[in-house]
Parts: sequence; structure tokens; C-alpha cells
Amino acid sequence: MDWWDVAVMVFLSIGAFFNALAAVGLLRFPDVYTRLHAGTKCTTFGTIFVCLAVILFGVRLWIYESDAYSILTIHTFIALVCVLLTNPTGAHAIARAAHRSGVKPARAVIDELEKKEGK
Amino acid sequence: MNSFLTVLFILSVVSALIAIRIFKGPTAPDRVVGLDTLNTVVIASMILFGAYTKEVIYIDVGIVYALLSFIATLFIAKYLEGGEF
Repeated sequence: MDWWDVAVMVFLSIGAFFNALAAVGLLRFPDVYTRLHAGTKCTTFGTIFVCLAVILFGVRLWIYESDAYSILTIHTFIALVCVLLTNPTGAHAIARAAHRSGVKPARAVIDELEKKEGK
Repeated sequence: MNSFLTVLFILSVVSALIAIRIFKGPTAPDRVVGLDTLNTVVIASMILFGAYTKEVIYIDVGIVYALLSFIATLFIAKYLEGGEF
């Protein structure tokens, strides 16, 4: 139990907490757009911290045990970049598709997109 | 390391909670939102399992899963929109 293990555990607990928060948000929020807001943002943030924990773990193995663990660190970083690039784009596509397929926001005060698209 | 296994267990409980939203979502976009969230949690679980077993191949599978689930999400969104492909 040294400082590397403590840092890995802190990052892992932050990641697990925010992923659990995404599930709570998905079950509690009233309509598609707020659920999308909770689900996408919380899981992306949680996955960033899970990946950072694995990167720290890999760097520790790389320094103290063997050079072969550098591949684990680099591939985790590539997976992190893929998640960071693809997740907000997918959420944007879902939100636009939901609005165009006629799902209205619950208790919306003003809907500027509907005025703009002229329906 | 044992903490990886603990977080894997927590993520499996989270996946079960997200599956509730997929099963009882009132509209089709609700189910797609649940699927998109579940994909990200599964990617995190794959990376954690790769770190637990210290095998790089599981993390490679996670990279491929991230890109393929992104393409699947885009196709479902395009289908819901009802436009031309």
C-alpha cells in the first residue's frame, strides 16, 4: 500500500461514483433530453477517471516491473481518446433525432429549436 | 489488484439499473439513450477487466467496441430521424 495504490483507489472511486450517478439520473429524470444530459455527461466523466486509474496502474508497473506494460498504458490512453471523441457526438445525434421524431421536452418553458425549424 | 474487482462489481450493478430504463422506457429515444449509456459503462468495464488480468487484448477489444457502438448509435439516430441515408 503505497502512494500509487492510494491514487489509483481515489480515481477508481470517483469513476464508480459518477457512473452510479448516471444510472440514478436515467431513472429519476422526466424526459429524454434530461436523461441524455445525465447519462452522457456522467458516464463520460466517470470513464475518464476509470481510464486515468488504469493509466496510473500501468505506469507503475512500467516503472517498477517491466517495459512490456507500456503497451497497456498507451492502449488505455487510445481508448480514452476514442471515448472522449465519440460520446458527445453520439449524444448530439440522439438528441437531434429525438426532437425531429416529435418528442417534446417535458415542462418546457420555451422551445427555440421548434421555432427555428418551423413546424 | 482487488479494488479493480470491486469497481467491476459496482459497474455491473449500474448496468442492471440502466437496463431497467431500456426495458421500460416509454418512447424509442429513451431506449436509445439507455443503450448509449450502457455502451460507455461496458467500455469502462472492459478497460477495468484488462487492468485486472494485466492483459492488453481486453483493452484493444474496448477500443473496437467504442468505435463500433458509436457507429451503431449514429445509425439508430439516423433511422429515428426518418431522413434519407
